[in-house]
Amino acid sequence: MITEFLSTFFSAHLPVLPVLLPLFTAVVLLLMGDGASAADSHQQVRPTKQRLLSMASVVLGAVFAWRLMTDADAGALTVYPLGGWQAPFGIVLVVDRLSAMMLALTWTIAVPVLWYATAHWDGRGRHFHALFHFQLMGLSGAFITGDLFNLFVFFEILLIASYVLLVHGHGAERFKAGVHYVVLNLAASALFLIGLAIIYGLTGTLNMADLALRVAKLDAEEAVLLKIGAMVLLVVFGLKAAIVPLYMWLPGAYAVASAPVAALFAIMTKVGVYSIIRVHVGIFGEGAGHAALVVEPWLLPVALVTSVMGVLGALAAHSLARLAAYLTVASVGLVLASVGLFTTAALSAALYYMVHSTLVVAALFLLVELIASQRGDAKDKLLPAIPVAQPITLGLMTLLAAASVAGLPPLPGFLGKLMILQSASSSSAHIWVWSVVLGAGFLTLIGLARAGSMVFWNVLPAPPSPTAASSPDSPSFNTRTMAATLGLLALGLMLAVGASPMKRYTDAAAAQLADTSAYADAVLGPLGGAAAETTRPYRGGEGEVILPNAGSGSGDKP
Amino acid sequence: MMSLEFLVASGIGFVSATGIYLILRGRTWPVVLGLSLLGYAVNVFIFAMGRLWQDAAPILSAGGRVADPLPQALVLTAIVIGFATTGFVIEMALRSRHETGTDHVDGQEAGKTPETRDRA
Repeated sequence: MITEFLSTFFSAHLPVLPVLLPLFTAVVLLLMGDGASAADSHQQVRPTKQRLLSMASVVLGAVFAWRLMTDADAGALTVYPLGGWQAPFGIVLVVDRLSAMMLALTWTIAVPVLWYATAHWDGRGRHFHALFHFQLMGLSGAFITGDLFNLFVFFEILLIASYVLLVHGHGAERFKAGVHYVVLNLAASALFLIGLAIIYGLTGTLNMADLALRVAKLDAEEAVLLKIGAMVLLVVFGLKAAIVPLYMWLPGAYAVASAPVAALFAIMTKVGVYSIIRVHVGIFGEGAGHAALVVEPWLLPVALVTSVMGVLGALAAHSLARLAAYLTVASVGLVLASVGLFTTAALSAALYYMVHSTLVVAALFLLVELIASQRGDAKDKLLPAIPVAQPITLGLMTLLAAASVAGLPPLPGFLGKLMILQSASSSSAHIWVWSVVLGAGFLTLIGLARAGSMVFWNVLPAPPSPTAASSPDSPSFNTRTMAATLGLLALGLMLAVGASPMKRYTDAAAAQLADTSAYADAVLGPLGGAAAETTRPYRGGEGEVILPNAGSGSGDKP
Repeated sequence: MMSLEFLVASGIGFVSATGIYLILRGRTWPVVLGLSLLGYAVNVFIFAMGRLWQDAAPILSAGGRVADPLPQALVLTAIVIGFATTGFVIEMALRSRHETGTDHVDGQEAGKTPETRDRA
């Protein structure tokens, strides 16, 4: 009886659970408090129960996300109308292969990152777990929503959570970066709304599937305005994804954030990339009539320059955290360059490389803190300092992560770059793509080799007594953080082992994105889609509104 | 005679320009004000994207002209979110003032280097 209810419940409501689960978990966590009274809010607290609940919720969410990805892998395009209102009038959640993959990636990273945070970071400020779950809710919602305005709302949710998480742990440096981050993102939100309003004013809809159909029907004059709207959205998503010239905020913000927060933020730049794929490939793609491929002249050059600026920044970085942050910028540049080729094969390569780079960058942020915690006062700065306590373990982990970021065979970074190179070979811009991908890989290698030799070999004599192993280096701190970081690194390696099924999946995801008519049919139904007869955009003034059934139709819906 | 559209568009443009000017200032309080002004301009812009109406019912009724209700719903959401984020950014600016000892957006007075700043 109860199992029957559960199974029907899950099969019916699975798509919305990755949003609802973190929401309810976060609310419960807020109600439980975090064990710190107002008087000693800056003291270390050990919220044991909250940790258990938080971890359990994240693991459960990961199970849901993987289940959704398995369903999507089988070809299911799940549409979940919220509140039972049908698209395009209601808001729908759509889980296709791309959404499910991003969802699974988010929750898979969240598990080791949260485990890492439970070692000691969650006690260094208030409400870490609740905010972490709000952030996950925003991320999950942004990845599965099928409505542009809803995407804005989920952006705001994940941003508000990230504002607070960024300054978690306090300190002047964090607040300085935090103010920049908040102001920039609020300005970007204003631009987002402007772009949405332009698009709504022209097409009369914000549903992504419906938009893709209606955009194609606009005449050339209106398409000019629509292109402006699309470009405004590119600026907004570009700020999130950190592309040239909008990446300046990222190194400062990510470098000062606490390690688990920075690792979680590794997925946040990918929200920008995902939105660019969803909007500028999915809606303003080849089938968009006069506005087709509006960002094509911009995306590829900008992305390639981003990649170059990222590796140059990595070469010039004075600290490991900034190095990792600049490598995030470089990897986003490569992913977007591949997206900017606008072919199915290149998109598939971009998705594979995006998954890899997210995992490895997240691992890198955790690793940086592990190293920094063992280097005494030098922390993560690239200066000669006392040797780390575990040179072999940390050194090997750094080597593994560095080789994967730089793209050395047989690590997944190499496979991803190879796919990008292959897919670019037929493009007219392949000389640029090839030289930037290979050059960036080489410079990344130099930057990481310089950093690695500075940290592990250019060391001062060890202090007479091992006092460096100070308070946070209690045994549980070391094993748990080490295991969490190793787990993330291992996940990255799994991508090389499972490269074949993964590539099949991204191929299918890219093909599914290209097939906009199947997407529209699934979301809108055959009648709500191309064949729909509605007065949108509603300009009025063109005669009286004729209600379908005046007087009697008002009782059906609230 | 100026049309209503022209007046509203100029108003939005003027408020946005003021907001952008204030956002580019160096102190946190003008920046917060600028963000609020920009938010107002954007809200009116969203509202205007449903076209400007006179003598139209706000919701679907049995007869007569009706205004587009969706931008009204959108702008309501945008107002609520804007209100929450403004509250947050004020708190953030106050905390930043408390932690860094200055209300400059860079956390330090222009041309000065506070002794606590590390050269990372």
